[in-house]
Amino acid sequence: MPAPDPPLLTTPLHAQHRSLGAKLVPFGGWEMPVQYRSILEEHRAVRTAAGLFDVSHMGVVEFAGPEAQALLQELTCNDLTRLQVGQIHYSALTTEAGTFVDDLTVARLEAQRYLVTVNAANLAKDLAWIDARARGRGGVRDRSPEFALLALQGPRAAEILQPLTATPLSAIRYYWVAPGTVLGHAALLSRTGYTGEDGFEIYLAPQHAEAVWEGLLSAGPPLGLVPCGLGARDTLRLEARMALYGNDIDEAHTVLEADLGWIVKLEKGEFVGRAALARQKAEGVRRKLVGFEVLGRGIARQHYPILAAGRPVGEVTSGAPSPTLGKPIGLGYVAAEHAAVDSQIEILIRETPVPARVVPTPFYKRPR
Amino acid sequence: MYPADLRYSKEHEWIKAEGGTGRVGITHHAQQALGDVVFVELPAVGRQVTAMGTFGVVESVKAVSDLYSPVSGEVVEVNTALEAKPELVNSDCYGAGWVMAVRLADPAQLEALMDAAAYQAFLASEGGQ
Repeated sequence: MPAPDPPLLTTPLHAQHRSLGAKLVPFGGWEMPVQYRSILEEHRAVRTAAGLFDVSHMGVVEFAGPEAQALLQELTCNDLTRLQVGQIHYSALTTEAGTFVDDLTVARLEAQRYLVTVNAANLAKDLAWIDARARGRGGVRDRSPEFALLALQGPRAAEILQPLTATPLSAIRYYWVAPGTVLGHAALLSRTGYTGEDGFEIYLAPQHAEAVWEGLLSAGPPLGLVPCGLGARDTLRLEARMALYGNDIDEAHTVLEADLGWIVKLEKGEFVGRAALARQKAEGVRRKLVGFEVLGRGIARQHYPILAAGRPVGEVTSGAPSPTLGKPIGLGYVAAEHAAVDSQIEILIRETPVPARVVPTPFYKRPR
Repeated sequence: MYPADLRYSKEHEWIKAEGGTGRVGITHHAQQALGDVVFVELPAVGRQVTAMGTFGVVESVKAVSDLYSPVSGEVVEVNTALEAKPELVNSDCYGAGWVMAVRLADPAQLEALMDAAAYQAFLASEGGQ
């Protein structure tokens, strides 16, 4: 008899999701809300007012001490020497081939203390990867169980959060983090997100998550706040051209092929995958992750073939109807000669090639 | 939620007999399980369909689902309104959200389908409502 699947993990907010009538699904070993009322409604709320997401399943790994920076410099492709205390950057753990072990954010909390937030599904893999190379250096600690994480995202996020915190939110710039409180509970307020909107990712002790979740959901609705699930999280991040591990990025594609060259700082010195990425940069990539919009009738989905003049040139990695743009959009790898903006391609949707076009990304940019 | 004058299939489609044709759509349970419907692929008028065979596709934001015909016959009409307004499947699944009409090859096939009570019992046994 096959062994039963291990039980799904739940966040401290699981009971809240149930009582709100969320549709719960397995995700990366966790039981998470995919939607509360409607993915489209939740998506629009984030674009026009605000949405509240439980992302407590994500992994949180601390690097601390005198060797923390050097270790992170070796293991990731972005340059930590440019990161000031309180600042955050997007980066990746890379393989020797310059491909993705994981994508992540690095927050410098103190001169010698960094908090790295990683994908839930990759936590065990990332820890093993780091431990194998750290050889005891860098004060690496898995602090995931110590944090619940709430993402408050949308143009009205600051307005909704401000009455609940003594920290002046206008002092926290985008991609910066500050310690503070929410409803009197200690929190890290990180002005980051996965939606393309302004907002805060609020790191909290798990025992305070319910109080803060409930506090936001009672103060917020008059300003348009709704709880949002992973369904809307996916359509929002796609419009903002933010990569999803397992779809757009993985161990088979390099950071340059994923068109994320801006996080690769070859000049910073040695790091895992540097030689491969330097070579690829010199030679040029042979395939590239591009954004496209579907011009005909049909929705592009992961794994659908991409054709050019009837011949296969790539594959869709992410695809969905875009609620903001009112048309189907997607990301996919295509052979470099078809990667230029305005390249005419077709998406094979159930045996029918549907016309599409490579477009600039992000598909959506918030008004500033 | 499950009108008494319809017959229901195990694939969560409904059919309403209108003389020699049957009007077909998806049930309340199906549209609720799908979530927001964003795309419907309709069959071509004139196409032959077979009972329990696929005849089209309904897509939600996240997923693609096949549509199964409850009966055999010829497609005589499709609801082209769904091209511009797929959300009708959610808001009015038994009315404006109908999907296709089939000229019945064998009206006796309707007897083999569930009535409203049997469909609700079927849903309960599946864990739905």
